[in-house]
Amino acid sequence: MFRTALRNVLAHKARLLMTVLAVTLGVAFVAGTLVFTSTVSAAYQNSSHKSFDEVDVAIRGGDPRTRTRTTPKLTRELMDRVARVPGVQSVTGVVSGFTAVAGKNGDLVGQGWTTQGANYVATGGARDARYPLKDGRAPHGPGEVVLDAKTAERAGYRVGESVRLSVDGPVRTPRLVGIFTTDSGEVAAGGTLALFDTPTAQQLFGMPGEFSEIDVKAAPGTSQTALAAAVGKVLPKELRTTTGRSLADSQAVMAESRTTSLQTTLLTFAGIALFVAIFLIANTFTMLVAQRTKELALLRAVGATRRQVTRSVLIEAFLVGLAAAVAGLVGGIGIGAAMRPLTSSFGNGGQTLPEGPLAITPAAVITSLVVGIGITMLAAWLPGRRAAKIPPVAAMSSVHAVATPRSLVVRNAFGALITAAGGIGVLGASGSTLDDGQMPMALSGAVLMTGVLVLTPLLSRPFIAAAAPLLRAFGVCGKLARENALRNPRRTAATASALTIGLTLITALTVVGVSSERSIDQKATAALSADYVVRMATYDPLSGTVEKRLGKVDGVSAVSPLRAAPARIAGRDTFVSGIDASTIRSLLRPQFTTGSLAGFGGRGIIVAKDTAQERGWHTGTTVPVTYPDGTQGELTVSGIFQRNDLLRGIVLDTRTLDPHVQTATAEQVLVKTEGGPSDTVKRNIAKALGDSPAVLVQSKQDVSDSIARSMTMMLNILYGLLAMAVLVAVLGVINTLAMSVAERAPEIGMLRAIGLDRDGAKRMVRLESLAISLFGGVLGIGLGVFLGWAGTRLLASDMPGFELVVPWGRLALFLTLSAMVGMLAALWPARRAARLNLLNAIKAE
Amino acid sequence: MSQPPGAHRPVPAPQSLTTQAVARRSTPVAASATDLTKVYGQGETRVTALDSVSVEFGRGRFTAIMGPSGSGKSTLMHCMAGLDTISSGTARIGDVELSSLRDKQLTRLRRDKVGFIFQAFNLLPTLTAAENITLPMDIAGRKPDREWLNRVIDTVGLSQRLSHRPSQLSGGQQQRVAVARALASRPEIIFADEPTGNLDSQSGAEVLGFLRSSVLELGQTVVMVTHDPVAASYANDVIFLADGRIVDSLHQPTADAVLDRMRDLSAAPDRRADLAPDGCSS
Repeated sequence: MFRTALRNVLAHKARLLMTVLAVTLGVAFVAGTLVFTSTVSAAYQNSSHKSFDEVDVAIRGGDPRTRTRTTPKLTRELMDRVARVPGVQSVTGVVSGFTAVAGKNGDLVGQGWTTQGANYVATGGARDARYPLKDGRAPHGPGEVVLDAKTAERAGYRVGESVRLSVDGPVRTPRLVGIFTTDSGEVAAGGTLALFDTPTAQQLFGMPGEFSEIDVKAAPGTSQTALAAAVGKVLPKELRTTTGRSLADSQAVMAESRTTSLQTTLLTFAGIALFVAIFLIANTFTMLVAQRTKELALLRAVGATRRQVTRSVLIEAFLVGLAAAVAGLVGGIGIGAAMRPLTSSFGNGGQTLPEGPLAITPAAVITSLVVGIGITMLAAWLPGRRAAKIPPVAAMSSVHAVATPRSLVVRNAFGALITAAGGIGVLGASGSTLDDGQMPMALSGAVLMTGVLVLTPLLSRPFIAAAAPLLRAFGVCGKLARENALRNPRRTAATASALTIGLTLITALTVVGVSSERSIDQKATAALSADYVVRMATYDPLSGTVEKRLGKVDGVSAVSPLRAAPARIAGRDTFVSGIDASTIRSLLRPQFTTGSLAGFGGRGIIVAKDTAQERGWHTGTTVPVTYPDGTQGELTVSGIFQRNDLLRGIVLDTRTLDPHVQTATAEQVLVKTEGGPSDTVKRNIAKALGDSPAVLVQSKQDVSDSIARSMTMMLNILYGLLAMAVLVAVLGVINTLAMSVAERAPEIGMLRAIGLDRDGAKRMVRLESLAISLFGGVLGIGLGVFLGWAGTRLLASDMPGFELVVPWGRLALFLTLSAMVGMLAALWPARRAARLNLLNAIKAE
Repeated sequence: MSQPPGAHRPVPAPQSLTTQAVARRSTPVAASATDLTKVYGQGETRVTALDSVSVEFGRGRFTAIMGPSGSGKSTLMHCMAGLDTISSGTARIGDVELSSLRDKQLTRLRRDKVGFIFQAFNLLPTLTAAENITLPMDIAGRKPDREWLNRVIDTVGLSQRLSHRPSQLSGGQQQRVAVARALASRPEIIFADEPTGNLDSQSGAEVLGFLRSSVLELGQTVVMVTHDPVAASYANDVIFLADGRIVDSLHQPTADAVLDRMRDLSAAPDRRADLAPDGCSS
């Protein structure tokens, strides 16, 4: 059996080409993902372990913004106490926080969260062992900084030049006095690290005289756990110790989880592509079995059992899958290797990935092979079973054993049931709340799609009949194309289905994405009457000086910070917002369900509707409060508003809140100008902050634009990922057409003989391709719009004012795309049809 | 089987055939070949399928081409019908010299001037009988001549079967559809390649009867390749091919006479010893 199967595979090399290609693409996607993510993850792990080499035990304090008044501070006194613990070799006090570094062109270097600043510890003129200096010297005083080598190189700074950087808004320009190297995982991942001397860092990061972390190095012979226990004894009980190893581990876990979620996303799309490939594989094997009816019957006649016949088909599938999987694996490793330099070159000097060897794990190899072979054999299983049902007598029959098309009645009934169930499920789910409806929606969506796929043979007839007037314009070619497309509804359906899947997903995502964009935009800007919103590019807090500076800018009429501070309200620890009650009217117009801004200010607070509902508060409710500094008081709810992007939760007047906050920072600063937004005002605002690289000054329009940009980017990424599924679908159309052309060679030969010219033969194949592709496309777009509509309805339950936006322009584009798929896929088969040697074709009997 | 018309006539010598054909030049000619040579392959595998064949097919006549396997009879038909290229010499349909035509012109010529009947019927399974019959005109984008079409359909006796698909028709009926298709556009000449090869004798006789009546009653020209002496006996003339040359001919043949002639040809197999089959097998 094995030899027969191998011979068959070799004999049908050309016919199996598309199948192999489709599986190869899918497997390459899987293997590429696995190789890339495990390479990155291994490199991250490696670098995070290296970066904690110098730390045996770490003591961490809280974030100065969030910790409560009672948390003990990490002072020098505490550090000295730790230094005296037996087994401690050395102690380092670390101060760190967000620091944005701008390149010479003024743009931010690195990605938000990993742009850090810290202190360079040069005790008694000694160098900081954590940061070996490559060039220059250690920083001294507020006017000096050292940068890591990668950042210096990316930003183009040399020792002696002044660096533009920002910690909390306003720009600073210290002189670069040194360049160091580091193993920090964050720097390796594309972050930046700027170091100041300790007092400067403490000042900059808002913790004078304090440290954010104390790192302890063990004396030789003392284990990390023993040291942690010993150090723990001298600490106040609120402070905890962590060993260096567990710090490294948790950082590795974080890096791992980041790559894992990337991996899951990529594998999902690889899965979709492979799912689409199943249709192609099944089509191919169905055809191969049909072509070999006589041969298989002969095998049965000479004594092969049904099982053996099925097995011979499955062995063929195994061989095809194996070849494709190996090719895919090789291709995938190539993709994995190519992706690293590629991702590094993306973005404005942004993300770089830690260096490390290409990690080809056995798991990746095994997974790729299993997936490739498994998918192929799975798809070939049904055709294999069908092959086994061929009666031995078929071998003797001189009549061409035209397989009688099995009735579609059972299939249609079954499909109608599934479709109905899925449709009702989707409708039902779309009416419920976001939390309850999400899972049922996804499940019913999948069920509905399955149902429609089962029904495609039935749907192909009316669709292609509807296209008949269009096809008729092409005369006899159009008529023949239509008949050919209808000839084998199962094959046409399977071919179109592949395209349907891709287009359903693309359309549904587009509908939801475009609708979301509109409503997110509305949420972000509807309640905003300020002309500009000023914030850090990284969403870190702005220094309290920002609002004061902005208040003095020419043309600015009103300014208010939006603060966030921890407080205990009505017995629960929570974050409260602070806004200036004297200017809020010109900056925001929250929509009140009860009450108004009238009572806001002093002890009067306003509360978002969802928070009020949860807490059972009404206008007039009085609640006890404990401020961050421990002072107690009472607040009265004066209004309940519909929450929006800027204002949510519990909102206090800044004059009430500020006296109780250690350092008043702002999440955002809202600015109203006298003459409305203008380039001059915007420039003045930016100038007031020293054109800081870390600060964004956005008008309402800028906010809308950036929302639109990020939505467009997200959709583009999704389109890119779904492109693989569409590509496989294109291969499927090519495959079907090539199969059909080969099968109908005698017919095409006859047509050519009686006077159809080459162009006519080409046109006939092209129109058939077009009919199939448009069928798949229209079905996918229709299904996608329905699912998109259901999705937006579900989202609307969570976001009031969420409306369906049907992007007609894009839908038309997708339809054009399906037509292009049809034309593209027909290129090669049409050529083959036109080039057919008509004598051979006629004599083929 | 009905007794075919025509009586046994003395055999003319092979050399005199060309002379005879030239002598008939005054009558209108539907298709002709002059020194038609067809060579396949090169070097070691070089095979001369047709060796300087000259022949004329008179208008309004039914000619059968016979010969053993590999004699070149199908090749002759393919070359003269514009389905295959020729190596040297000329082939004409009406006044048109085929080797001067490009593929597109050749296709148009086949569409407008030539009708085909194949051994395997070669109908389109997706079209009804009526649609199959008008296919050449549909391809040309021409309206069929209704009156002629009805006459053709009546002649082949298909008026009750027009809306059927080929799969609903018997082999004989399918071949009758093919005959009607070949006749429908009133071609200059119809080439039939073993039209009865896939049929039982009764259906075969029917189809041959229609071919003959299309010549006698409708004035068509038919050239038929066959290896069946009974089929050949329906023709006005039979020419015999061996080794790529015309070796003999018969006027108004009977099945017996054809059979005798064939037997003579097979009795000299040494003459084709080095000839590989050229695909003209029946």
